[in-house]
Amino acid sequence: MEVDKQKVVDSLIQQFEGNVGNIEETYGLTTLQVRKSSIFEVIKYLKEEQSFTLLTDVCGMHFPDNDPEMQFAVVYHIHNLFKNIRLRLRVFLPADNPEVDSMVDVFSSANWQERETYDFFGIIFKNHPNLVRILNMDEMEVFPLRKEFPLEDGGRIDKDDRFFGRSIHNE
Amino acid sequence: MTVKRFEEFIKKHENDSDMELQILNLGPTHPSTHGIFQNILLMDGETILDSEPTVGYIHRAFEKIAERRPYNQIVPLTDRMNYCSSPINNIGFNMTVEKLVGIEVPKRAQYIRVIIMELARIADHLICNSVIGVDTGALTGFLYVFQIREKIYDVYEQICGARLTTNLSRIGGMERDLTPKMIEMIHSLLAEAKKTFAEFETLMTRNRIFMDRTVNVGGISADRALNYGFTGPNLRAAGVDYDVRVMNPYSSYEDFDFKVPVGSSGDCYDRFCVREAEIWESISIIEQALKNLPDGDFHADVPEFYLPPKQEVYHNMEALIYHFKIVMGEMPIPAGEVYHAVEGGNGELGFYLVSDGGRTPYRLHFRRPCFIYYQAFAEMIKGSMLSDAIATMSSLNVIAGELDA
Repeated sequence: MEVDKQKVVDSLIQQFEGNVGNIEETYGLTTLQVRKSSIFEVIKYLKEEQSFTLLTDVCGMHFPDNDPEMQFAVVYHIHNLFKNIRLRLRVFLPADNPEVDSMVDVFSSANWQERETYDFFGIIFKNHPNLVRILNMDEMEVFPLRKEFPLEDGGRIDKDDRFFGRSIHNE
Repeated sequence: MTVKRFEEFIKKHENDSDMELQILNLGPTHPSTHGIFQNILLMDGETILDSEPTVGYIHRAFEKIAERRPYNQIVPLTDRMNYCSSPINNIGFNMTVEKLVGIEVPKRAQYIRVIIMELARIADHLICNSVIGVDTGALTGFLYVFQIREKIYDVYEQICGARLTTNLSRIGGMERDLTPKMIEMIHSLLAEAKKTFAEFETLMTRNRIFMDRTVNVGGISADRALNYGFTGPNLRAAGVDYDVRVMNPYSSYEDFDFKVPVGSSGDCYDRFCVREAEIWESISIIEQALKNLPDGDFHADVPEFYLPPKQEVYHNMEALIYHFKIVMGEMPIPAGEVYHAVEGGNGELGFYLVSDGGRTPYRLHFRRPCFIYYQAFAEMIKGSMLSDAIATMSSLNVIAGELDA
């Protein structure tokens, strides 16, 4: 399995020279960083040439402390069921224009997962057939999983919690 | 927006005398959708031409809440995802944290977890299989197998005190050990379950009416199913033998001898049969686990993560400190990112956890199988009858809590 995985990683590096890099191995899963211009080609190549037939998961991430070119990330988990190889691909996106190619043409399962990522992070997926909110209501104006929306501080004292009876500052 | 698309279609075909077009709103609250799902259907007579599912009615922002909670307080959130088999969610999340920290759980705890997870799988599958009977007009089988579900919940109650939302298992092992009484309960439960499921199968499996309603209904090919990210029984019914328990064994699943049942056509009947066969495999796994239950501790020796016994807290300074730190959520969690998948009731239940070393996760993403395969529903019911759509939905076993997180 390890040999097979190394072969896949090597072929990726050879095929997409300069666009795939930063390989790290954490907890048995290899992570590759891919440039956003070639992520569509990489996943298409993995599916069609390397039999990665299951796109396990797509999710977004927000790193407000990174430099502006790497504020957002989309993380793909992709699985080869024949040889049991899992890979994690990560694409960093800039803060002012978080835009990446949609995978719907390759994997139908990406459809709702990308809508969910858009819904929570505001990451735009180009060529997506129906990029609208999915879990939150349509009228919502913010992207709630971004780090600039912290959850309420449990210790705040300026709030009148009389009607809910939970605060120690009541009475 | 969807409705507008459908209305335009109807307007275009207004003068078509051989079409009886209308828009039908199935849900959000409809008795046979088992949860809050809305489907806007474009109907021609009784045939579905097109549909648009709307989800998110019970979205509770678990991923956001999890970013503020210490790790042991996230476990109750996972209960509320797939509430038909909440122990699998709990144990899956705890195993993710253990993987991140590097805790080796003793064999006995792993076996207890297997027993509980397989009980949960039985409870999950029996709901799906009996409810599809209800939706096709057979209430009797449902009432038979629900007695078994009650018995399974009695076992949960013995081991954790709760029945539905269990918050079972801790980081580092189980909360308490299996007592001889619990083992006795599980044995008698299994004996009864075997009788009940055999009886249930004589009622359903070769039943003419049931087969007419489910064979060749809501089918999906293996290729499309994989493309749609199906996992679990729904994928196996289409003929792909992918099971996380076999491919990436966790919690000592490699010690057990069990088969992975597969179907061929991926229709409602195949899904029913695969789930039914999996119930028998689960019973066999539990029997093996009880027979070979190793001696030893039921939790790892990790005082920084696992609560000390309460009696110790009153008398022992270290225990008091650890108790306080764990309850306040101060656990030494390393920075790192980890993906861990378990075989949930409906497929690969994954936890993608990114930690920056703080007291809460930096990001926690749940890979919820229902959310991913429910998007195929529109394609699966296209061109079928309305009543077949109901059967398809219930045989997919879409759980609203898991879908919406």
